[in-house]
Amino acid sequence: MKYIDEFRDRDKAAVLLRAIEGVADEIRPEKPLQIMEVCGGHTHAIFRYGIEAMLPDAVELVHGPGCPVCVLPLGRVDDCIAIATQPGTILATFGDAMRVPGSRGSLMQAKAHGADIRMVYSPTDALEIARKNPEREVVFFGLGFETTMPSTALTVLEAERDRITNFSVFCNHITIVPTLKAILDSPDLRIDGFVGPGHVSMVIGMAPYDFIARQYRRPLVVSGFEPLDLLQSVLMVLRQIADGRAEIENQYARVVASGGNAAAQRAIDAVYEPREHFEWRGLGSIDESGVRFRDAYASFDAERRFAVPGVRVTDPAACQCGAVLKGTLKPHQCKVFGTSCTPEMPMGALMVSSEGACAAYYRYATKAT
Amino acid sequence: MCLGIPAQIVRIDDAERMLATAEVGGVRRQVNIICIVDDNHPVEACVGDWVLLHVGFAMSRIDEAEAEATLRILTELGEMTP
Repeated sequence: MKYIDEFRDRDKAAVLLRAIEGVADEIRPEKPLQIMEVCGGHTHAIFRYGIEAMLPDAVELVHGPGCPVCVLPLGRVDDCIAIATQPGTILATFGDAMRVPGSRGSLMQAKAHGADIRMVYSPTDALEIARKNPEREVVFFGLGFETTMPSTALTVLEAERDRITNFSVFCNHITIVPTLKAILDSPDLRIDGFVGPGHVSMVIGMAPYDFIARQYRRPLVVSGFEPLDLLQSVLMVLRQIADGRAEIENQYARVVASGGNAAAQRAIDAVYEPREHFEWRGLGSIDESGVRFRDAYASFDAERRFAVPGVRVTDPAACQCGAVLKGTLKPHQCKVFGTSCTPEMPMGALMVSSEGACAAYYRYATKAT
Repeated sequence: MCLGIPAQIVRIDDAERMLATAEVGGVRRQVNIICIVDDNHPVEACVGDWVLLHVGFAMSRIDEAEAEATLRILTELGEMTP
């Protein structure tokens, strides 16, 4: 397929790997350099193509917090199930949220017990369900970073325009910059550079990352999702480290404009405002890392339409998801990895989604570790 | 979650609601094009556009010249390294 096949070329990958080895030799770090890929889509691609195993020993990839399903706390899943199980309600959700464990089971289990929970590809599909079922309450489980925020916002704007009153959103959208800042501020941080999220950046542009170079002196390269994209981005991060530079660069210029997408940004600004803080599984509470609907869109806010328990539930004590997310622990070093926590019976959220570091390790890398 | 896939806009279905048909690897589906339309790029200009599709929304027009520039850098790198 156009714009995919040419970025999977084997010969060019070999050239990039030789160049990466060359720069790594030039740097000669005492400890392996840690490069964090922030986005869960990158994590998935890195494992799918075996990229981590191709890199020289001097370069280590750390799989960051960019899997929105993985960082959703137990209490929010419980709230979502509380909404889904109210009589007459239809809950529409992306498929990858179905298996996230709450404190008393997942959406999948709630569905098995009779709740009307439907998987959709787009929030507009959820709105369509609301149009076709005017006597039912239809709630869309909105989650994701800035990539997905505009689609939810534009769907709410469409519902407002078409005066659809039986549609609302349980909003769990989160933002990338406060999260990166929380990671950079953590005392045990060892990250030397970042591979930045491609599709979040397509929406927000390049400028929001400037502080990473300026205040924290770390390089960040926004990357595409194909193997050549990821290898080139790793090379660009290493080149900056070798040169003693810390800059924000764009490897994915075919999709990411430096200013981002203006229409998407307008939709985000119109519909959402920051929450004071939002709870993340494994990372705890991060200030201004989540958004909620503005008062003007209160009628589309499922949290205000339905009584949700809103109880904070502590992560399972045995889980070490937080340490894995910050790169201080490799997935297979977690106490419960592959024993009481597996993709079939996940305990920690990183084992749930195909974008979660632990699920990816379990599926692709356990033999190698 | 943030996955996107290149698709080509093949037809405008409803200009007022900014709905179009996009083709992805031989499969067609309706998509929303509000994020790729602006004063310099009206709805009717979108037919033929390659876009990055995410959960039913065309989120970015793929820039062919930038794609070629990226691949050219890689080709040159191959010529430079033994």
